[in-house]
Amino acid sequence: MAKITLDNLAHSYLAKPSSEDDFALKELNHVWGDGEAYALLGSSGCGKSTLLNIISGLLHPSQGRILFDDIDVTQATTSARNIAQVFQFPVVYDTMTVRDNLAFPLKNRGAEPAYIARRVQEIGAMIGMEAELDKRARGLTADAKQKISLGRGMVREDVNALLFDEPLTVIDPHMKWELRTQLKSLHHEFGHTMIYVTHDQTEALTFADKVVVMYDGRVVQIGTPQELFERPAHTFVGYFIGSPGMNVIPASVSGSQAQVHGTAVPLSQNFGTLAGKVELGVRPEFVTLTEGEGLPVTIRRVEDVGRHKIVRAQLFGKDLNIVAAEGQEISPDMTRVTFMPDHVNVYVDDWRSEGKAA
Amino acid sequence: MDKTINQKAWFLVLPVLLLVAFSAVIPLMTVVNYSVQDTFGNNQFFWAGLEWFDEMLHSDRMWNALGRQVMFSAIILAIEIPLGIFIALNMPKSGFWSSLCLVLMSLPLLIPWNVVGTIWQIFGRVDIGLLGHTLDALGIPYNYTQNTVAAWITIVVMDVWHWTSLVALLAFAGLKSIPDAYYQAAKIDQASRWAIFRYIELPKMAGVLMIAILLRFMDSFMIYTEPFVVTGGGPGNATTLLSIDLVKMALGQFDLGPAAAFSIMYYLVILLVSWVFFTVMTNLDKKGS
Repeated sequence: MAKITLDNLAHSYLAKPSSEDDFALKELNHVWGDGEAYALLGSSGCGKSTLLNIISGLLHPSQGRILFDDIDVTQATTSARNIAQVFQFPVVYDTMTVRDNLAFPLKNRGAEPAYIARRVQEIGAMIGMEAELDKRARGLTADAKQKISLGRGMVREDVNALLFDEPLTVIDPHMKWELRTQLKSLHHEFGHTMIYVTHDQTEALTFADKVVVMYDGRVVQIGTPQELFERPAHTFVGYFIGSPGMNVIPASVSGSQAQVHGTAVPLSQNFGTLAGKVELGVRPEFVTLTEGEGLPVTIRRVEDVGRHKIVRAQLFGKDLNIVAAEGQEISPDMTRVTFMPDHVNVYVDDWRSEGKAA
Repeated sequence: MDKTINQKAWFLVLPVLLLVAFSAVIPLMTVVNYSVQDTFGNNQFFWAGLEWFDEMLHSDRMWNALGRQVMFSAIILAIEIPLGIFIALNMPKSGFWSSLCLVLMSLPLLIPWNVVGTIWQIFGRVDIGLLGHTLDALGIPYNYTQNTVAAWITIVVMDVWHWTSLVALLAFAGLKSIPDAYYQAAKIDQASRWAIFRYIELPKMAGVLMIAILLRFMDSFMIYTEPFVVTGGGPGNATTLLSIDLVKMALGQFDLGPAAAFSIMYYLVILLVSWVFFTVMTNLDKKGS
C-alpha cells in the first residue's frame, strides 16, 4: 500500500517525439492517494492503459518520475514495485489447475505453503470457484478464466497497488455486478490503492471514490462522480459522462449573459468578456421545453427510456437533447427551450471557465 | 428433406478417382502384387503367399537397417526440436532483423535434396573440402568414407543444417501468436524465465511442435537422397538406412518380391508410429481440458 506520485510524467511510443501529438501520454502531475480507489475513465486510445503500464513498470516513461511513498521507482522492475495488475483479456496458465494458477504469484515470491493454501482457498471462495479449484484452467469459459486472472491479482495481500485494466469486459452483466461488489469490499477490507481503468461510466462511477477522466493523452478532470456531473472541466467530460451527454452550444458571452444566435440566455455568474471559442454546456437534465419563451428548437423524436423521456431536438441545425420527466406531456406547441442558469457551464476553447458571482 | 437423385453426379468424381488411381492406388497395388508372388524371369509369376513377409521379418539385414533408421530419426529429433525451439526463442521478434533471420533460415529449406547432399559431400572431403581439410589439418581424424562415427556425424549434422530451420520457423510462428498480456502478467506474477517457458511458451507452442515432430519424424524416417549422395550407405553398411537398403534390394539386386514386402512393412511402420504419436498427443491435449 503506497501513495503513488507521478512527477512530470509523459510517454511517447516513438523514439524521438517531435511534437506534443507524438505523445501517447502528455505531461502529467498527479498523486494517487494511499488506499484510495480510483477509476480511470476515457474512450479507447486515450492513454489509460499506457498510464497503467507505466505505473506497474511494464513500460518505462519517456520523461518524468514515478514515486511510491516518495521513493523513486522510475527505473525499478515490475517485480520490485510489487504491484498486482489484471488485464482486459483473461491470462491463465493453461496447463495448471485453477489452484496452481492462484498460487503462482505467491509461490514465485517464496511464500509459506500453509499460507499459500489458506490464501488460495479464500480467493477461490471470493471469486466463486471453490468447486473448480482442482480443474485445469484450459477448458474453462472466458469469464471463468477472467475470474482466475482477477483472483491472481488479489491473492497477494502486501501489494503496493492493485491495477485493473478494463477487467470486466468479457464477463457477463450479472457476474460483472457481483465481481465489482467483491472488488469494492476487498478495497474496504484491505485498503489497497486501486486504479480501475474502464470506458464504461457506470462502472467507473459505481466503483470509485474519485474518477479520473482522460482525453487524448491528458487527464482532463479528477473528481467525485457528482463533480464530474455538475461541473465538467472539459467539454469531453460533459459529453462522455451522462446519458445522453452534455449539450454543447456555440455562443458569445459578455458579463452574465450569453447570446445564442441573437437570443439572450441568462447565466448565474459574471464572466466578463471572453475571447476564443466560447460554448455553453448544459446537461439535458437542465433543459426545459416551453411553449412561449427561450431558444427555438425543432423536435425530431421522443424516446421513452422508462424513468424519463429523452427528447431529440435540433437547435439552429445542431443536435440538442432534453430530458423530460416521465409524466410530462410533450405537445407540438413546445417549440422553445430554456436552461436553468445555475447549471449552465461556460467553456472557452473546450475548458470550463470559472465566473465570478454576479 | 427430399434428396435429388441424379446418378450422373458420379461423373464429377471421376477425374479425382482417375488421378488417385494412377498416382497412388495402382502403384501401391503393384507393390502388393509383387510382395505375394515369385518370379524366375520371363515375366512368369507364381503365388508365394506370405513367404516374402516371413523372410523379411527374419532377415537380419532388415532389422539392422531398421535399427539404424530408428537411431537416425531419434538423434535428429533430439537435436532439431530443442535447437529449433532455442533458436525461435532467441530470434528478434519483429523488425528488419527478424525478417532477415527468417529469410536466412529459410534458405536451406529451398535447396534441392541432392544438392544438399553434394554440398556436404564436398564440404566434408579431406582432400578438397573446407571442413574435412580443416579438421585434418588440425590433426582430428575425420574421414566419412572410412570412419563410421565420422560418417554418422556428417549425415546427422547435414540433416540438422537442412531441417532445423523448419522447426525454428514453426516454433517462431507459435511464439508470435502469444499475446503480450501473457508476458506482462508473468512479470506481474514474478515468474522466472524458466516458468515463462514452461507455463506460457511451451503450452502455446505445443500444437505447432506436434506438427514439427510429426513432419521431421516422417521425413527423416524416409530419408534417402542426402545420405545416399554423401556416403552411399557406407562405410560398409554403417549408414545404410531403410530406404537406401530398399533401393539396393529392389533396383540393385532386382529382388522384387522381398523388396515389395519390405516396403509394405516400411510403410506400415511409418503409418503406425505417426498414428500412435498423433493419438497420444491429441489425447494429452484433451486430458488437459
